[in-house]
Amino acid sequence: MTEQPTHISGTQLPPGERAPEFTLPATPDQRLSLAEMSGRPVILAFYPADWSPVCGDEMSLFNEVLPEFHKYGAQLVGISTDGVWCHAAFAAERKLHFPLLADFEPKGEVARRYGVYRAADGIAERALFVIDAEGIIRWSYVSALGINPGADGILEALESLSVPSSAEGAAS
Amino acid sequence: MTRGIPPLAGDDHLQGPSDAVVTLVEYGDYECPYCGEAYPVLKAVQRAMGPDLRFVFRNFPLVDMHVHARRAAEFAEAAAETGAFWDAHDMLFENQGALDDRSLAAYGDRLGIEPASIAAAFAGKHDSKIERDFLGGVRGGVNGTPCLFIDGLRYEGPRDVESLVNALRAVARQRL
Repeated sequence: MTEQPTHISGTQLPPGERAPEFTLPATPDQRLSLAEMSGRPVILAFYPADWSPVCGDEMSLFNEVLPEFHKYGAQLVGISTDGVWCHAAFAAERKLHFPLLADFEPKGEVARRYGVYRAADGIAERALFVIDAEGIIRWSYVSALGINPGADGILEALESLSVPSSAEGAAS
Repeated sequence: MTRGIPPLAGDDHLQGPSDAVVTLVEYGDYECPYCGEAYPVLKAVQRAMGPDLRFVFRNFPLVDMHVHARRAAEFAEAAAETGAFWDAHDMLFENQGALDDRSLAAYGDRLGIEPASIAAAFAGKHDSKIERDFLGGVRGGVNGTPCLFIDGLRYEGPRDVESLVNALRAVARQRL
């Protein structure tokens, strides 16, 4: 965990944009689409790779914070370019209670649509999106690859979703 | 985006004088190997800082990863009832490989903690305190364990004695 400036690629889809639709494998025989999750807030957590050694381990942290996300009615999904079998082993080992989606073929297609694909490395950025019940991105954040962003930003975003915004008006 | 960790509260576990110049808060998990590695380092940091440092331990058990983490935290909170929190804290970190219920009972015996008090802890007596520690940490930007905060700001530097003492001294100098 060395000190690094926060990397903001500047290319990730910003708040206010409609979240691009996708359908990705969640298990070897099940697929999950964003549309299926509509009506509730969705947290998309893009990450570089299963088994990657970010200290503190982001997915395990989110797993522990899951009950808190659920208090806001939010669903969490992890997305990386790993395949379903790799995801299955990783989720079982870490006892993850949320789906991991395989952005495997065409590789990184969904990460690309969200502006968080690192073409040179063939992996997704460590990026977070909070999408509201209507499918609008309300918060996005790209962390330095080696830095676990923690869950505080997600919780703040979820909190602001549940507070009716007076100044902004309706987003759609 | 971080709103900061909660300020010191009456049920926090503290070491060091109340008028210490600088406060180091650790969010830790008794079964986390990295917390185990940090344990002797933090002891050395406390020795080096002497009365200038106040040290606080808050619970951040990652219970899906570490099957004994919750019980260990409950055990330490039970120990706190008899004023033996830090003895329990040290015993847990010094025996990280043996945190099953039977081992915890044996540590309780050694520290003179009533079995009933441990049983009450296992039944959930201190759950709200542990959850408050955990959620306060999450809200304040804890992103793994151990997570260290110097006067409320997350410390991102290397976790060796010299780096930590330098960071703490730098903050202390601003205070004086």
